[in-house]
Amino acid sequence: MKKLLKNDAFQTLIASLLCIVVGLFLGFIVLLFINPSGAASSIVEVIKNFMHFSSGKLRLKNLGNTLVKTAPLLMCSLSVLFAYKVGLFNIGAAGQYVVGSAVSLYCALALHLNWLLCILLAFVAGAIYAAIVGVLKALCNVNEVISGIMLNWIALYGANTILSNVKEPTSPYTLHITGESPSSLIPSLGLDKLFNNNSYVTIAIPLAIIIAIVILVLLNKTKLGYELKATGNNKNAAKYAGMAEKRNIILTLMISGALAALGGAFLYLSDYEQWSCSQSSVPGMGFNGIAAAFLGGLNPIGSILSSYFIQHITNGGAYVDLTKYSSQISDLISSIIIYLCGFVFFLKYAISSRLEKSEEKRARKAIADHEKGGEE
Amino acid sequence: MDQQYAIEMLNITKRFPGIIANDNITLQLKKGEIHALLGENGAGKSTLMSVLFGLYQPEEGVIKKDGVEVHIKDPNDANRLGIGMVHQHFKLVECFTVLDNIILGVEPNKAGFLQKGEARAKVMALSEKYGLHVDPDALIEDITVGMQQRTEILKMLYRDNEILIFDEPTAVLTPQEIDELMVIMKNLAAEGKSILFISHKLAEIMAVADRCTVLRRGKYIGTVETKSTTAEALSAMMVGRNVNFHVEKKPSKPGDVILDVKNMTVASKGHKKNAVNDVSFKVRRGEIVCIAGIDGNGQTELVYGLTGLEPLSGGTIELCGKDITKAPIRRRSTGGMSHIPEDRHKHGLVLDYTLEDNMVLQRYFEPEFTKMGFLRRKNIRAYAERLIEQYDVRSGQGPVTMARAMSGGNQQKAIIAREIDKNPDLLVAVQPTRGLDVGAIEYIHKQLVAQRDAGKAVLLVSLELDEVMDVPDRILVMYEGEIVGQLDPKKTTQEELGLYMAGAKRDEVIS
Ligand SMILES: Nc1ncnc2c1ncn2[C@@H]1O[C@H](COP(=O)(O)OP(=O)(O)OP(=O)(O)O)[C@@H](O)[C@H]1O
Ligand SMILES: [Mg+2]
Repeated sequence: MKKLLKNDAFQTLIASLLCIVVGLFLGFIVLLFINPSGAASSIVEVIKNFMHFSSGKLRLKNLGNTLVKTAPLLMCSLSVLFAYKVGLFNIGAAGQYVVGSAVSLYCALALHLNWLLCILLAFVAGAIYAAIVGVLKALCNVNEVISGIMLNWIALYGANTILSNVKEPTSPYTLHITGESPSSLIPSLGLDKLFNNNSYVTIAIPLAIIIAIVILVLLNKTKLGYELKATGNNKNAAKYAGMAEKRNIILTLMISGALAALGGAFLYLSDYEQWSCSQSSVPGMGFNGIAAAFLGGLNPIGSILSSYFIQHITNGGAYVDLTKYSSQISDLISSIIIYLCGFVFFLKYAISSRLEKSEEKRARKAIADHEKGGEE
Repeated sequence: MDQQYAIEMLNITKRFPGIIANDNITLQLKKGEIHALLGENGAGKSTLMSVLFGLYQPEEGVIKKDGVEVHIKDPNDANRLGIGMVHQHFKLVECFTVLDNIILGVEPNKAGFLQKGEARAKVMALSEKYGLHVDPDALIEDITVGMQQRTEILKMLYRDNEILIFDEPTAVLTPQEIDELMVIMKNLAAEGKSILFISHKLAEIMAVADRCTVLRRGKYIGTVETKSTTAEALSAMMVGRNVNFHVEKKPSKPGDVILDVKNMTVASKGHKKNAVNDVSFKVRRGEIVCIAGIDGNGQTELVYGLTGLEPLSGGTIELCGKDITKAPIRRRSTGGMSHIPEDRHKHGLVLDYTLEDNMVLQRYFEPEFTKMGFLRRKNIRAYAERLIEQYDVRSGQGPVTMARAMSGGNQQKAIIAREIDKNPDLLVAVQPTRGLDVGAIEYIHKQLVAQRDAGKAVLLVSLELDEVMDVPDRILVMYEGEIVGQLDPKKTTQEELGLYMAGAKRDEVIS
């Protein structure tokens, strides 16, 4: 047991679970504060999510919906995680996600391209967009957080402008791909049948999981991963070893940006959501990706689980009793929990130092006992 | 009864994964004495001192100060008890100035406002008093290792610590600086401060220490009065055999020119003057050429220029007949150059990588270790195991030990193993034996000579006078960025060398 407790991965898991519990508890407190009568049942709804429905068919369909949004979140968290392993904090994932969304939507609705082409173009666009951050960082030593945040806003307004060309005449929302260009929809290949004919469930979901595994392998088993992590850990040593550290920084951000952009394409090319051309804040998907990356212990497999969890409670928030709380409450609860997820590493540190202390105490006690024994 | 001991560490045991770093060790430090701690690389010296400084908690054992048991949970506790430490690898904030580093954590303030004037005066007074020359306004990242060391010592003195731990302070100092430090330590001891002093240099221990405690592989071997022992006896006690201090080598047979440097100039970061100014020299097959000089006279920049870490502002470099003046680092490395860097933590290692991953840092891309973009883990493991065996690199968990968890000397041995095993045409070795125990130094020197005898060229950069006199076939002395003398180690004396190094004597050098 002690050995297990000292295991790094296990500590991360414990810390993540603790964060979740504390997050849910804090959410509960807030609900209690606003309206005590519905707090308990609302939190239960958040946790239950699709289990809210009693019919198995509806449950399946709604599980499908949660999964549809898990895929883009997973991509964003992989984006953040990948850059982080190389010592970069890619907060620009949010903007790269927007770029991927906009490019894929435009390719679908205006150019009526095939879905694979739409995805590929989004991928390339995200890489190029993130390369700006990379070049600024590598060549001019501009902090990637600063330039990332600026580019997030540019991406948002750029997307709104471009997508205004393909929006519904009477609303700020983009057209439905289903009606406009069915060949641009990511195919389901029968996956929809598994979720009670939920047509939004596409191969994007297994694709995202495969990409997570690819990233895991890339980081741990390949020459490129070796180089990138060396650069992230000690860029002087990387330079000394003849690695092209500048190229590596740019390449890392490009891969990271491409991953986030894929997330945008995965969501919008399923036609689950329409882009609102009047939105004035950067979509939270990229930022949630940061939380998911940390909650998953900065491990791609952990990211799969944490992304699902975060999406699970976000969707669950929709079932909070709206007669007792205002409609923003679901976002509030899920954001509290997501916020708490950022504390995983802090908690992990607390756990391990706690362990050391208690061991030390035991050792001291043993010595004291021993000495006492000696005196007698 | 008046307490005789300032610090007692009784039956200390400290374990790390796979190794008992300190196994039931007892060390008693008398008031006002200089107590040396001696032992091979990885014997557990730094660990024992870190326990005293509160960085590690021992599993067993007690620490007493002035006869009273104390619990030192962290360095703040140590500081309150008047214990200060200069670490083997400095703990300075790179982007802060010298002064800011010295006062860090104990900044004098009035109502929350920094009173730097006061601090500066105290620092300057201390620096004056002990001859620890520093530029208080220079950034740490811009100054030499020697000055960083002085900053660390000042940091301790500034805090009025009375128990001073020096973890290999002399490894990075020049001979003159070492002499000065010895005087300083004696003065401090005379003022009643108690000093714990780690060094691998027996002569220093014999010169300043009153007593010496010897550790071997985590175990306590004994404590002796330096007055009643000899350097030979100490080294035998430490490694368990007799060590040959003299380098045995046949006369060299220089062959083709491997390295040809012409008019090399490297700009200086801090000053307007060039760090390396119009330097020309050649290194041939089958010879060891040593660049000697006092630290900070352009040796670091010369090596940076040579290895590609810094661009040249003038001149050319040829390696094996090919112009590499503008070549990227990788091309120099694959073209036959190996580099044992001066700063093992800054350049030499990725500390959060395992030992085996560090062993292939210069070769990971070769077909032996990479196939179609994938690392060949089995080969990497086998290769690392061979080097570990051959160079006796000791660590807790072998190839999977994190580099960070290795002792300083063993980190150095890992780098040397990696660079020599690359079988280069030119080996650039900067202070290769810094921080190694006498047994390891003997081994490394043999390896350098073996490289030479195998027809390779070796460029050694050293501050160590014994090494400068003993190992090379030819000495080039650097002073203020220029080569001011070429000496034959067999014909010159340490005194003459000293004159060149101090700039008191210079020749026109044509090589
Ligand atoms: N933080 C750590 N984690 C795990 N093992 C460690 C750690 N620090 C030291 N060790 C191990 O403990 C042993 C003793 O290390 P220590 O640094 O005390 O040696 P040392 O006597 O100072 O050697 P050197 O002369 O090379 O500096 C080494 O084998 C090292 O691998
Ligand atoms: Mg040490």
